[in-house]
Amino acid sequence: MKRAGFAQPWLPILLLIPQLTIIMIFFYWPAGYAIQSSFYLQDPFGFGSSFVGFENYSDIFSSGEYRKVAWFTVVYTFLVTFLSLSLALLLAVKADKVIRGARTYRTLLMWVYAVAPPVAGLMGVMLFDQSAGPLTEFLGFFGWDFKLGVNYNDTATAMVVVAVWKQVPVNFIFFLSGLQSIPRSVREAAMIDNRSGTRRFWDITFPLLAPTAFFLLIINITYALFDTFGVIDTLVKGEPGNNPMTLVYKVFIDGFRGNDLGGSSAQSVVLMVLVLALTVFQFRLLERRIHYT
Amino acid sequence: MLNITKAAAAFALATFATTPAMAETEITWWHAMGGQLGETVNQIAENFNASQDDYKITPIFKGTYEETLTAGIAAFRAGEQPNIMQVFDAGAATVIGATGAVIPVEDLLGQNDIAFDINDYIAGVRYFYADADGKMIGMPFNSSTPILYYNEDALAKAGVTAPKTWEEFASTTGPALKEAGYIPLSQSHLPWIFTENFFSRHNLPFATNNNGYDGGETEILVNHPAIKAHFSALADWREAGLFEWYGTGWGDNAKPFEDGKVAMWLGSSGSFGGLVQKAEFPFSATLLPYWEAVTTEPKQTFIGGAALFAMSGKSDAENKATAEFFKFLTSSDVQYMWHKETGYVPITEEAYEVAKQDGHYDRLPAAEVGIQQLSLPAGDWTKGYRMGFYVQIRDVMNREYGRILTGETNVDDAFSAIEEEANKLLARFAKTQG
Repeated sequence: MKRAGFAQPWLPILLLIPQLTIIMIFFYWPAGYAIQSSFYLQDPFGFGSSFVGFENYSDIFSSGEYRKVAWFTVVYTFLVTFLSLSLALLLAVKADKVIRGARTYRTLLMWVYAVAPPVAGLMGVMLFDQSAGPLTEFLGFFGWDFKLGVNYNDTATAMVVVAVWKQVPVNFIFFLSGLQSIPRSVREAAMIDNRSGTRRFWDITFPLLAPTAFFLLIINITYALFDTFGVIDTLVKGEPGNNPMTLVYKVFIDGFRGNDLGGSSAQSVVLMVLVLALTVFQFRLLERRIHYT
Repeated sequence: MLNITKAAAAFALATFATTPAMAETEITWWHAMGGQLGETVNQIAENFNASQDDYKITPIFKGTYEETLTAGIAAFRAGEQPNIMQVFDAGAATVIGATGAVIPVEDLLGQNDIAFDINDYIAGVRYFYADADGKMIGMPFNSSTPILYYNEDALAKAGVTAPKTWEEFASTTGPALKEAGYIPLSQSHLPWIFTENFFSRHNLPFATNNNGYDGGETEILVNHPAIKAHFSALADWREAGLFEWYGTGWGDNAKPFEDGKVAMWLGSSGSFGGLVQKAEFPFSATLLPYWEAVTTEPKQTFIGGAALFAMSGKSDAENKATAEFFKFLTSSDVQYMWHKETGYVPITEEAYEVAKQDGHYDRLPAAEVGIQQLSLPAGDWTKGYRMGFYVQIRDVMNREYGRILTGETNVDDAFSAIEEEANKLLARFAKTQG
């Protein structure tokens, strides 16, 4: 393989500078500042502060409430990722087979993608409204006295439903294009070998979709962890009370609502470490087992 | 030649006359008053701008109370703070604790030769936004207090009157209203109505160090048998169908009352203006009930709502404009207009008199309930409380109260949890001041 290169070393650096500047200003600088302020307890207005070492961290880890929020975040991330991936895969496989009106189906399945998370959350608030929500009434038929904002599990259910609904279209688009890039010859060869559609799917189609699925797995985990912020904020109406929340939302609640800068900085450093671990895991462990064509 | 000179002089005079001798001083006011309240705020600002030519105030809506405070703090750190910032009761410790962030209203008015006497203000609002020595730091603006609203049709149907005590509610009012087909009671803010004001109404100390005003390492005294009994009763009432809780949100609990499903609702005296427009049934209001078992001499309640703080770091000219605006704002005409439009209490005795003279309370007796409650006899523990990170402490209360009411925890565990977490937050806050 021939290595392409630049004649002068300064040209690539020059070309990289705009990007590096943006990363420095919007990522490294605030991240460094967060690490620094996680070791202090600071007056919100910036007048007084005391160096407290690792106290902000030990406060987090000794707090039963923080552990509860962390556990909810794990369960929530798992459910959102699993459900939105499997539903999208099912829809993509079915949509792939549709011949008449295929375009309409696909468009209808995709357009939820355009809904912003807070708007999705707001629609959830209306659909699950305690007194007049259509979904609340629907669940009432089955004897489920659904109470958004009152019952912890009901609010959690609404959060998962809205987050999954919002994410399925993205996954659907990727799975569908993944399916369509599987060569026709491979499918036909499989068809001769085995009549069972289910067997063909698991033996041939699914492994060939693995790179797409892996990419989506990572995207979905980050979505559930971070991008569902808007959904959660609107569903709890800005005041969590006894409702569930994720770690990211807790950073916001303690830092931006409660003005506890040191504590919320420590929490965001914990999240940074989590993301770092996730990235390492992604490339070291999973990446090796997946074969990209 | 003479004519030309004359003409030139006349021209020069005319030019000077049309240019103001001094440019207007512009000041900004960040507030958290949305909807109808926001329109009244804009009206006050317009009236101020129209009343004179030297100053111009621009009100800017910054979202909820919490968002306004956070925006103000961020702006202060960047040197872009507004002249006036509205800060709510729970944020008072944060802004007053940061000595140097604001100019005490007493000093601001004094420096600009505007007369100030704390006794001109009604008793209930004097010291909530004051320091330990009783110096007023923030100018009380939208001052409210929790009162009991009731649907007159519902009470007539059930053949009862509004309860004075919780004992009366439990034995008579509640069961009768339930019998009449109503949900008897809901409330909109458990920490404010059933905690902070529970302590002032029953004259119980809420925190050490003089309810926190004296500063230092304050500890909360929330784990008290009286309030625990109150929450046990609430949980029992909910089981028995005498009380309903619709979550932490304010509006979720107010709506069933507005819809006529709930017969009595504990809300803010400042909710009055909105209720007049929304409720399609005759309603009135009365004082916040109390437990006769705890006290036979119920006291006044704290003011809720928010105060206006003059931010530091501004020029003398702008501070003068701010002081002039405060003078305008506390004038009895403006206070009466604000009181009439919104239901928030007038903050000066004079404005209260004007409202009485005008017959406002003959027309709408319920509009007077808030100020009557704030004018009840004061006790040792009724002037207010001052605790840092109080927004987070309220979040902890909301969480634990929600768990009590949904049966996830019991009253004893919930109150120990609140006490422990609140004290931890208070200790942390004390360190931020170091």
